[in-house]
Amino acid sequence: MLQKSTITSNALITNEEAKIFYEDMFLGRIFEDTCAKMYYQGKMFGFVHLYTGQEAVSTGIIKNLKPYDYVCSNYRDHVHALSKGIPPKELMAELFGKETGCSKGRGGSMHIFSSKYNFLGGFAFIAEGIPIALGAAFRNIYQKQILHKIDDLPVSICFIGDGATNNGQFFECLNMASLWKLPIIFVVENNQWAIGMANQRASSVQEIYKKADAFNIPGVEVDGMNILEVIKISREAIARARSGQGPTLIEALTYRFRGHSLADPDELRSIEEKNFWIARDPIINFVNYIKNHNLISDDEIKKIEKKVKLRIEEAVKFAIDSPEPNLHDLSKYLFY
Amino acid sequence: MFDALRSAIDEEMNKDETVLVIGEDVGHYGGSYKVTKDLHLKYGDLRILDTPIAENSFTGMAIGAAMTGLRPIVEGMNMGFLLLAFNQIANNAGMLPYTSGGNYQIPIVIRGPGGVGRQLGAEHSQRLETYFQAVPGLKIVACSTPYNAKGLLKSAIRDNNPVLFFEHVLLYNMKQEIPDYEYTLPLDKAEIVREGKDITIITYSRMRYHVLKAVDRLIEKNIDPEVIDLISLKPIDIDTIIRSIQKTHKACIVEECMKTGGIAAEIIARVNELIFDYLDSPIIRLSSQDIPTPYNGLLEQHTIVHSEQIINSIIKQLNI
Repeated sequence: MLQKSTITSNALITNEEAKIFYEDMFLGRIFEDTCAKMYYQGKMFGFVHLYTGQEAVSTGIIKNLKPYDYVCSNYRDHVHALSKGIPPKELMAELFGKETGCSKGRGGSMHIFSSKYNFLGGFAFIAEGIPIALGAAFRNIYQKQILHKIDDLPVSICFIGDGATNNGQFFECLNMASLWKLPIIFVVENNQWAIGMANQRASSVQEIYKKADAFNIPGVEVDGMNILEVIKISREAIARARSGQGPTLIEALTYRFRGHSLADPDELRSIEEKNFWIARDPIINFVNYIKNHNLISDDEIKKIEKKVKLRIEEAVKFAIDSPEPNLHDLSKYLFY
Repeated sequence: MFDALRSAIDEEMNKDETVLVIGEDVGHYGGSYKVTKDLHLKYGDLRILDTPIAENSFTGMAIGAAMTGLRPIVEGMNMGFLLLAFNQIANNAGMLPYTSGGNYQIPIVIRGPGGVGRQLGAEHSQRLETYFQAVPGLKIVACSTPYNAKGLLKSAIRDNNPVLFFEHVLLYNMKQEIPDYEYTLPLDKAEIVREGKDITIITYSRMRYHVLKAVDRLIEKNIDPEVIDLISLKPIDIDTIIRSIQKTHKACIVEECMKTGGIAAEIIARVNELIFDYLDSPIIRLSSQDIPTPYNGLLEQHTIVHSEQIINSIIKQLNI
């Protein structure tokens, strides 16, 4: 039975893993910063929800998955998509609405999809992706038990926010996941705000991980700004799911440094609150850990950062140079 | 009818292991209308999955399973219950193949009984086909005989798109001889039930029988109607309708859905757009009243269309 995690720094990750994790977090951060620039330059449109500050959760969970595992996200999906492996070029092109985007320019920021990387979306309405994630988990046990097609049991990760945990679909899916012991992990990124609604004003029970108790699902709370905690708990949850023991609910306490979306003036959150969380920047935390444990040299870190920045520059150029979809293809992809 | 549907499901499940049934009481209970009776004994509890009462979520789960390689048949115990699943059906089933730019297909069938029954009360007497009509990515089919039910359901299961498959609560006990050999029917073709030259009568589902009853009487009056059963509510088989009206120049649509925003409203608009000049007179639509179906039997009878009304309307249209 999983218990509440404590901070640990005992040889959890190797040097190689540290590089992968650091690069992924840094990629997520620079990508989102670039999105903000591109949006204000008029290259990106509509509702864009940036993930800045929450990188430890995406990297900490997704980088422990195998390619055949599924990730299902919500509208704050850019960094989840990157962690899962969708190339920055395809993602940026999608955000620019181009034909070379992962959703062929038909989806946009809130509808990132990739069947190649088993990324199930990208959803605009709160909680409507949870049943989809459940469906992938159901498919996994079906493949194993009925079709005998696979040896390893793929798992399904469902990312939701604090606001979604008061929605009917959340409870309905927790129930079914537990009932059928589906290989799914519900990851609640509790950044404490649903647009302008503070979690305290929306939830009768503040501790989201406790909501899992009602369905006999182990619920754990982790410090979402500490990637090591996230890694530790996610490996346990993934192993649980893969071994057929069923679902886990992970509540990651985190914070989004930017507003809800690029259109949000973000006036309700106090300066003190923001500063408190910015001081716990997960990337800076991790760099300190890396340096204290000599996991990556300063030179290597610089190399990684340079590589990431170059990848993003190339992604922007690719997106700018890519063609718009053909008008004649307006109705393409509707029916098969 | 329920046997024909069952046999379609059984044949397809036997042939293709990725086909499964998801719904309330489909397994151990055998299905509220016996469509899945004893299938769980043959296929097990995972392939005939009894769900908790959570339409939006289990429909969404079926959609997620369809995206990732399975071919689920979701049973709405009553199609009205799918109002709970509107989010998943409209936003996910109807949209994801498109918004994902072709990354995912959703080969799902959502089937169950709809229509006005015998004093079942307003909520169990709904016609959801019109609510879903406007959702771009869906196909909608209404079966009306055991023969077409089996052929259409097999096609729906094999189709790679989301198909809403409307059965009618009062047609399940209908009997008809159907072939022993395997057959399928196209999802997008209307059925010409009777050829004629005086007027085109367009209908679907249970109203087909009210129309046929009226037609018996009209024939006695030397009227020669052409009867078309739509079968496909989305997309409408407009070609078959056009060819008929080009011959008869008059049309009457008999539907069980409400008048407002109904299937007839859509057909009339399209016919006007395409072949207005072929019409000698406006198309008449006979639809259910725009009210919730009352429990009282007499009132209930008056919310839907009757053969008498059909006869009178046609006589009037033909100026006889």
